[in-house]
Amino acid sequence: MTPFTYLRASDADWAIATISEHPQAKFLAGGTNLIDLMKMGAEAPARLIDINRLPFAQITELGDRGVRIGALARNSDVAEHQLIKSRYPVLSEALLAGASPQLRNMATVGGNLLQRTRCYYFYDPAFLECNKRKPGSGCGALEGFNRTHAILGQSEKCIATHPSDMCVAMAALEAVVRVRGPKGERGLKFEDFHRLPGSTPDCETNLEPDELIVAVDLPTMPFATRSHYLKVRDRASYAFALVSVAAALDIDPTKTIRAARVALGGVAHKPWRAHKAEKELTGKQADEKTFRAAADAELMVAKGYKYNSFKVELAKRAIVRVLTHVAT
Amino acid sequence: MTDEPDNPSESERSGLDHLPGLGNPETRRKFIQKLAGTSATLAISPIAFNIPGLEAVNTVAKTIASPEADSCDLHLQINGKGYEFAVDPRVTLLDALRERLHMTGTKKGCDHGQCGACTVLVNGRRINSCLTLALMHDGDEITTIEGLANGDELHPMQAAFIEQDGFQCGYCTPGQICSAVALLAENHANSDDEIREWMSGNICRCGAYPNILAAIKKAKGKT
Repeated sequence: MTPFTYLRASDADWAIATISEHPQAKFLAGGTNLIDLMKMGAEAPARLIDINRLPFAQITELGDRGVRIGALARNSDVAEHQLIKSRYPVLSEALLAGASPQLRNMATVGGNLLQRTRCYYFYDPAFLECNKRKPGSGCGALEGFNRTHAILGQSEKCIATHPSDMCVAMAALEAVVRVRGPKGERGLKFEDFHRLPGSTPDCETNLEPDELIVAVDLPTMPFATRSHYLKVRDRASYAFALVSVAAALDIDPTKTIRAARVALGGVAHKPWRAHKAEKELTGKQADEKTFRAAADAELMVAKGYKYNSFKVELAKRAIVRVLTHVAT
Repeated sequence: MTDEPDNPSESERSGLDHLPGLGNPETRRKFIQKLAGTSATLAISPIAFNIPGLEAVNTVAKTIASPEADSCDLHLQINGKGYEFAVDPRVTLLDALRERLHMTGTKKGCDHGQCGACTVLVNGRRINSCLTLALMHDGDEITTIEGLANGDELHPMQAAFIEQDGFQCGYCTPGQICSAVALLAENHANSDDEIREWMSGNICRCGAYPNILAAIKKAKGKT
């Protein structure tokens, strides 16, 4: 690990001012991904600003039945919180589908948002080609071992996927990411937080370098009590998603879908909000035919590679299964 | 079967790095204390003492360490005993336990948070000690496998692992046991499937899973 300066912040404004002055600095929260990347040599910050003692671990009720989750709330605390379990079960399920109990006790909400891809070509600097780690060096996965890679929204520069489960649920729940910078606080719509790779896969979010994530707000969504997360992976537990689906449905007594929220994981550079599927579902009968049509619509433009083409059909079936579960 | 803890000696309590050649009673920390007011402090004190937002600290190095000032003071409460020593900021909690405090009961398996061999309890919660810096735990209470037994009396989970033969080579066992102790405290041991899922962060390459499951159920019945 490259030597670094360790700083411990007890004040958010100081932390923000410090990172503004030192572009090579990084905030350190749970550390489960950053410290691993530093061991691998894929990250080498000159300064680590430990933010674990900042007062951002609360989970509180917002007006009108929304919930604010502090950026330093641990994944396990969010998953087990009564407000989350009762109002947004899909988020609790997604968190519990991720990592292991030990890692969930460490990992924070803010850190989860900033998780880096587990693309082998990115994670291990022994691979020379990675446009994300070293812009302009190429993409080793494009012609390489790409079984876990993206099928939606990718570019010729990068076909990596976003590894988070939590973020897939948050995308479906239309969360808002609260960030604080030198000029004050702002909210980013969840969909606008992460970026597609395009020609700059090294630039993964729309967070400014001097901004600190302070909270994630979950808006009022009464029908989210009817929601579910399905994760398909190589092992029954403790593995990253090949494909995952978060969905919530608002169904009226005649079985007509009033509103739908669907997001996919394991398929794209960012948590993939399935707008086409949602449009296809809205106003239709909640039955398998409708669900299949929605899945087909969303995956219409999907593109597989040598080893991951199976993900296209897998994603469709996962969507149908989740929607069937939620509608029942 | 558990690793007997080395009782911390006086020198371990007050600082761990003996500096060979400077005489036995001399410790790194004492040596550095003698140098207080000289170069190490002068190099960073003018900024450090005036930075708002930093915790009040008794030495600069506690919160600021750079490649030049290569270590930070740290206080850990481990298995009920206090330890104060200085570490390079890069040292993980796992390496601090094993290499600095010589508590080798906690094992290093993958060193990447994938196997659970390094599981310890921090403030009562299980974590992977390999993916966290020692400095992140200043003031924390840590329980390792060495701290579970009550003198010669094994913790019920340790006894159950022996009784049910919950291991073969034994390398993952300290992590399995620490994880299992936390599992019961979390109330996530209510069915075989629930135990399997909530123990999935601890890999056993010998495949002793059926006996580990049996041990956890046995211990649950006793506690």
